[in-house]
Amino acid sequence: MIFMLEQALAHLQGEPLATEAPVAHWQALASTDRQGPAFLPPTHGTVYGTLLNHRDALAALGDQVNAAPYKAPPQAPILYIKPRNTVVGHRVPVVVPGDATELEIGATLGIVIGRTASHVAEAEALAFVAGYTVVNDISVPHASVYRPSMRFKCHDGFCPMGPAIVARSLVPDPDALGIAVAIDGETVHRSSTAGVIRPAARLLADVSEFMTLFPGDVLTIGVAAGAPRARAGQTVTITIHGVGQLENTLVAGGLE
Amino acid sequence: MKRARVAYGGAIHAATEHPAGLRLTDGRVLAEDAVVWLPPFEIGTVIALGLNYADHLKELSKELTVTSKDEPLAFLKSPGALIGHRGQTRRPADVKFMHYECELAVVIGRSAKNVKREDAMQYVAGYTVANDYAIRDYLENYYRPNLRVKNRDTCTVLGPWLVAAADVPNPHDLALRTLVNGVVTQQGHTSNMISDIPTLIEYLSSFMTLGAGDVILTGTPDGVVNVNVGDEVVTEIDGIGRLVNTIVGDAAFGR
Repeated sequence: MIFMLEQALAHLQGEPLATEAPVAHWQALASTDRQGPAFLPPTHGTVYGTLLNHRDALAALGDQVNAAPYKAPPQAPILYIKPRNTVVGHRVPVVVPGDATELEIGATLGIVIGRTASHVAEAEALAFVAGYTVVNDISVPHASVYRPSMRFKCHDGFCPMGPAIVARSLVPDPDALGIAVAIDGETVHRSSTAGVIRPAARLLADVSEFMTLFPGDVLTIGVAAGAPRARAGQTVTITIHGVGQLENTLVAGGLE
Repeated sequence: MKRARVAYGGAIHAATEHPAGLRLTDGRVLAEDAVVWLPPFEIGTVIALGLNYADHLKELSKELTVTSKDEPLAFLKSPGALIGHRGQTRRPADVKFMHYECELAVVIGRSAKNVKREDAMQYVAGYTVANDYAIRDYLENYYRPNLRVKNRDTCTVLGPWLVAAADVPNPHDLALRTLVNGVVTQQGHTSNMISDIPTLIEYLSSFMTLGAGDVILTGTPDGVVNVNVGDEVVTEIDGIGRLVNTIVGDAAFGR
């Protein structure tokens, strides 16, 4: 597959395919100021999450990185996979599992791969990117990052994404994007892709050294320190300037 | 029924077992070495189990902090890491300990959510053999087992056949073994799984919807040893298959 993008790609619920349109078109349809159609995820590739890539997130662990069970600061990127059952689109409700009272909102930039990337050099890495999207990497809150249970990150619906993938050419600097999280309309967390240990190109180079990224795959840049939490009944809006605004409401678990 | 997916003559084909090797669905009969073997089904989510055999748990207990009483130690792999039967797996030149893991792979056949263990086997389409390599040199203590150890290109081998569940009367009564250059280095039995297949399906489907093509690699017994460039590694499970893999060096990958 060759994944080329000049404007923005999104998939409205009820439409047979994702379609490309100007950014402003999707912004109007996705606007969080009013009701509107639900979106499907704009891509169906494998989603790789990155953790502790923000300097403040790693610093929050402090000296713990040198003590058991970690024993040393991380060397390679810290990665995990968000399986296909977790990926949903803009405006799709997310169920809070019965065993959780709050969910952690991991607001992050999704780097969407445009062509197969294996062992790419940092200087060329961004040429393999089709575009960028907003990702809400949801977790059941957990303190240890040593060997967390899959349950914490893999419940159905725990990876909202979208509304659209915005073409790389329209995002001049992926390493200088402000990210804001609002809960019920009130901004509770601000971060930036600027504060990372591995900027997008370096992350792509280090990850593709040992595993190939394919068109449509998504690699997140990571989540900053102090990720906010939200409860059932609350609406979470993540805004990345120039990329999009992703909104999902948390709902109480039904039969779970 | 044993089914495979192979590349031949410019296309990807479904194939079944034949006395001469395999038979493509279009009728062509071919020798085993005439085709390129792919993982035997379209891969969905790949779930792997760590430490699911009592003996392997003991083998690694010095460096680990789990007991058999904890919830299953499950982790995810991506479809891109997978290769088929008779494939080549890269061993980077700078590593000291790269080992195979022979595992029974359970393939899900239909969507499963909140499935109880007594119903779980109805969701199994079939079984195949997995060889789930790890390179322990790259182990770090964050989100273990980290992807650089367990999700490397070419390091998960799957096949040769998807064996229909109906043809496997008891998947918990299968001997499995690994041979390196013809010498048996690992032996085990699926009756020694700590969490059996119904337990794993109940556990996983309690929080995630499983779908057709999802696969659960059920863990490996003890007996993992280092492999080197040039080694032929055969992982086999009685009644399921004999999966052949060769270790190659960096040069084969232009590194």
